[in-house]
Amino acid sequence: MAAATDALNISAAPAGRSLWQDAFSRLLYNRTAIASGVVLGVIVLASIVVPWISPYNYYTPQWALLNAPPTFHGGHIFGTDDLGRDLLVRVMWGCRVSLLIGLVASIVSVVIGVLWGAAAGFVGGRVDAFMMRIVDILYSVPFIPFVIVLVVMFGRNLLLIFVAIGAVSWLDIARIVRGQTLSLRNKEFIEAARASGVRGPTIVTRHLVPNLLGIVIIYATLTVPSVILFEAFLSFLGLGVQAPMTSLGVLVSDGASELQSFPYLLFIPAVFLASIVYCLNYLGDGLRDVLDPKER
Amino acid sequence: MTDAPLLQARKLSVDFATREGIVRAVSEVDLDLAAGETLAIVGESGSGKSQMLLSMLGLVARNASVTGSAKFKGEELLTAPEKRLNEIRGSGIGLVFQDPMTSLNPYLSIGLQLTEPVRVHKGVDRAAAAAQAIEMLKAVHITEPERRMRQYPHELSGGMRQRVAIAMALICRPEILIADEPTTALDVTVQAQVLSLLREIREQFGTAIILVTHDLGVIAELGDRVNVMYAGKIVERGSVDDIFYNCRHPYTEALERSIPQFTKVRPARLTAISGNPPNPLHLPPGCAFAPRCPYRLDICDKSVPPLETVSPNHAKACFYEGPLGTAAELSA
Amino acid sequence: MLRYTISRLLGAIPTVLVIITLSFMLLHAAPGGPFDSQKKIPPEIKANIERKYHLDEPLYKQYLRYLVGILQGDFGPSYQYRDTTVNEIIRQGFPIDIVIGGCALAGALLIGLPIGIMAALRRDTGWDHLPMGLSMIGISVPVFVVAPILILVFAVTFHWVPAGGWGTGAPKNVILPAAALAAPYIAYVARLMRGSMVEVLNSPFILMARAKGVPQYLVILRHALKPALMPLVSFLGPAVVGVITGSIVIETIFGLPGIGRAFVDGALNRDYTLVLGVTILYGLLIVIFNLLADLSYSVLDPRVRY
Repeated sequence: MAAATDALNISAAPAGRSLWQDAFSRLLYNRTAIASGVVLGVIVLASIVVPWISPYNYYTPQWALLNAPPTFHGGHIFGTDDLGRDLLVRVMWGCRVSLLIGLVASIVSVVIGVLWGAAAGFVGGRVDAFMMRIVDILYSVPFIPFVIVLVVMFGRNLLLIFVAIGAVSWLDIARIVRGQTLSLRNKEFIEAARASGVRGPTIVTRHLVPNLLGIVIIYATLTVPSVILFEAFLSFLGLGVQAPMTSLGVLVSDGASELQSFPYLLFIPAVFLASIVYCLNYLGDGLRDVLDPKER
Repeated sequence: MTDAPLLQARKLSVDFATREGIVRAVSEVDLDLAAGETLAIVGESGSGKSQMLLSMLGLVARNASVTGSAKFKGEELLTAPEKRLNEIRGSGIGLVFQDPMTSLNPYLSIGLQLTEPVRVHKGVDRAAAAAQAIEMLKAVHITEPERRMRQYPHELSGGMRQRVAIAMALICRPEILIADEPTTALDVTVQAQVLSLLREIREQFGTAIILVTHDLGVIAELGDRVNVMYAGKIVERGSVDDIFYNCRHPYTEALERSIPQFTKVRPARLTAISGNPPNPLHLPPGCAFAPRCPYRLDICDKSVPPLETVSPNHAKACFYEGPLGTAAELSA
Repeated sequence: MLRYTISRLLGAIPTVLVIITLSFMLLHAAPGGPFDSQKKIPPEIKANIERKYHLDEPLYKQYLRYLVGILQGDFGPSYQYRDTTVNEIIRQGFPIDIVIGGCALAGALLIGLPIGIMAALRRDTGWDHLPMGLSMIGISVPVFVVAPILILVFAVTFHWVPAGGWGTGAPKNVILPAAALAAPYIAYVARLMRGSMVEVLNSPFILMARAKGVPQYLVILRHALKPALMPLVSFLGPAVVGVITGSIVIETIFGLPGIGRAFVDGALNRDYTLVLGVTILYGLLIVIFNLLADLSYSVLDPRVRY
C-alpha cells in the first residue's frame, strides 16, 4: 500500500499544477477570449493615453469646425461633433467614463452579492431562508423604473448612478455565491479543516474565498458589460452623465438622432461601445469555460 | 449463413482528437462473439472498454475517429449508413448502461421509453407495443407493470430502473445484449438480482451478452470467455477458468489480487495495483503496463508485446514467460 | 397542481406589497413636492390643490388610501394631466406595449430557438460559430443603435414601412419596433438554447435513446427538446424585465404612445401617481411572469410535483 501511494505521488507530480495555472493555460487555448482581451487592452490603453496627448479636449467648442467629417489630414481623424469638438477625444473620454462606471458598479454589486450570498450560505438554516426570500422579492421589483425615478428625483450625479446600478445587479451574484457556499460547506475538505480545529473565519478566508473566486470573477466580468449598457440606456433617456462630460451611451444616443446627416457620429462611438461589451462578454464566456467547475 | 460470427471486430481502433493531441482510446482490438455466448470484458476505468463497444455502433463522440472493421453477422458496421445503424441498434444489438439514474430520460414516462424501440423498429401500433412492454416488464420481474408504464423514472428505485433499462434493451429480442457495467452503480444486493436476471435472460432468450465490467466477481458469476483490457489493448483473453486459475498476464494477476476472497480460510494478502493507469496522451513506448509491472524485463520498455496464443483459446500479450505469483511480496 | 398555484399566488402577495410600499416611500422621500416645479402659485391655491390630492394628510393615511385604491383597481388621478386618471393613461398605452412586447418575444423564440438548436447540433462548425458570433453582437449593440439603423434602412431608404407612429396599430406600424426590440432577445434565446441543448445532448439518456435505434429527429424532438427548454422557461422572468426596459427606448424612438414613454415623461414631470402606477404595473408583470415560469416548470418536469 505504501508503494502504491508513493507511486501515486510520483506520477501525479507533473500534473500538480495549481488550479489557476491550469485555468490560465486553458484560457490561452481559447483564441476568441485572448483576442477579446487584447482588443480590450488596446481600447483601455488608448482611452488613457489619447486624451492626454491630444491637442484637443472634450469640452471646448470650435465654431469654425461644426460636424467636420472624419479625415486623416485635418487633425480630427474621427471628425468633430455638432459643436466642433474632436470626436476622437470625446470617444476616448466616453470609454473612460463607461468603463469606470462599469467597473465601479460591478465592484459594488460583487461586494454586496458576495457578502450577502456567502453569509446566507455559510450560516444556513433560517437566516439563509430569510435572506434568500429577500433576494426573491427583490427579483420581482422593477429596478429600472426605480433607478430612473431615483435619478430624476435626486439629480444626476455619477456617484448615484454607480451606487444605483451596483445595488440593482448584485442579486445574481448573491444567488450563485450562496449556492456555491452551500455546496462547498459540506465538502470533505471543509469538514477536514473544521475537524482539525480551524476556526470559522479562517475557513472562510482560506477555503471558501479561493473556491468562490473563480465564479465571482466570471460574473464580475459579465456584470461590467451589462452595467455599461445600462448606463447607455440611462444616457439615452437623458438621465446619464451630464454635458459637457460624456460617455459612450451619451455619444451613441446623440449620434442616433443625427444618423441621417452625420452617420459617423453614431457609428464610431457605437463600434467602441459594442466592442467593449462584446469583448467583455467573450472574455466572461472564456473565463467560465476554464474556471467554472461545472464546465469541466 | 451461420459461418459468420455474430459480432467480429478486427484491428478496431478509436482515436479522439483533443486539444492536447490525439488520444488513442482503443488500439487495434480483435473481438469475436458467437451466438448465445457471454463475453466479459474487464479492465480499469478508462481502459477503453466502453468506447470500443460504442464505436462499433457509431455511438462515440463526434471528435472520435474509428478505424478497422466491425461486423455484425458479416455486415460491416463502421461504414454502414446512419439509417442502417439505427435499424441494428436496439433491434439487433441492445445496450444497457452503467447508471440507471441517468440513462433513462427523466421527462418521459416509462411506458413511452419502453415501447419506443418496438414502435420504431417493428412499426407496431401503440396498444400492441404496450402489451409487449408489459410482457417484458414481467420478464424482468417488475411488479404491477401496468402502473409502472405510467410512472416516470424518478418514481422507481435504482434496481428497478436498471431492470427497466434491461427490458428496454431486450424488447426487440436482439441477438446481442451489451451491458456496460450494469451493476456498478447499484447496491450489492441489487447487483446480485440484476446478475441473476441477466443469466435468466441468457437462458430464456438465448441472447449473446457482452458484459463490460471492472469487477472480476461479476465475471465469475456470468462469463464464458474473458477479455482483459489495459490502456486500450486486449492483454489477455481466455476462458473464465483460464483467467481465474491460469492467468498469464501480470495485469490480470494484479486484478485478481486486488479483490478480497472470502472463500479461502486464510486469504492471501490483498494488494493494490501500484501506480496509476497510464496517461493516454503519453503512453509508454513499450508495454503500457510495464511501469507498474513487477515482472518487467528490459524489452518491455522498448517494444509492445503482441497477443500470443498460450493454449487454444487462451492468449496473452506479455514478454515474461516465467511463472506468475512470485512477485507478490515485491509489490506489496 | 391547483393547490400549488394557489400557494404560489398567496406567496406573491408579500412581494407585491413590498413593491408598492417601496415605490410609494421612495417617491415621497424625494426632495420637492409634485407641484413645486411649476410657476409660483399662491400658497392658498397650492394648499387647495394639496387638499384635493390629500397631500396634506399624514403619510400613513396617504399610503393606506393608496393601498385601498389599488385593491379596487384604482391608481388615482394623474398629477400632471388634469382630469385624467392613471388608469386611463395605462388603458390607452398598455395595449401598445402588449402588442409590441408580445410580438418581440414571440419573434425571438421563433427565430432564436431554431438557430440555437442548429448551432448545438453542428457544434464547432461554421454553423455554430457564425450565428453565435453574430448573436454576441446582437447582445452587445444597444436597442437605440439598432432602431435608428432599422429606420434608416427600411423606412427612410426603402419606404417599406413608416418610420414611426402607431396609427391604428397596423402590422406595418408594429413590425419595425418589434424587430428592434426582439434583436437582442433573438441573440439571448439562441445562445441559451445552444448551451442547454449541448448539455442535454451529452447526457446519458440521449446516448441511451440513440442506442435504442431512435432516429435523429425523434431523439431531438422527443428526448432532447423538453429538457433543453427548461433554462428558457426560467429566462421568461428576466426577459420580461428586458422587454420593459427596451420598450421605454423603443417607444421614444418610434414615437409610440405606450406606457413606457408615459412613464419617462411622468418621471421628468414629477407626475408621482403616474410613475407609481406604472412602476407597480411593471412589478406585477414581473411577478406574474415569474409565477408563470414556475408553473410551466412544474408542468414540464415530471420530477417537480406539488
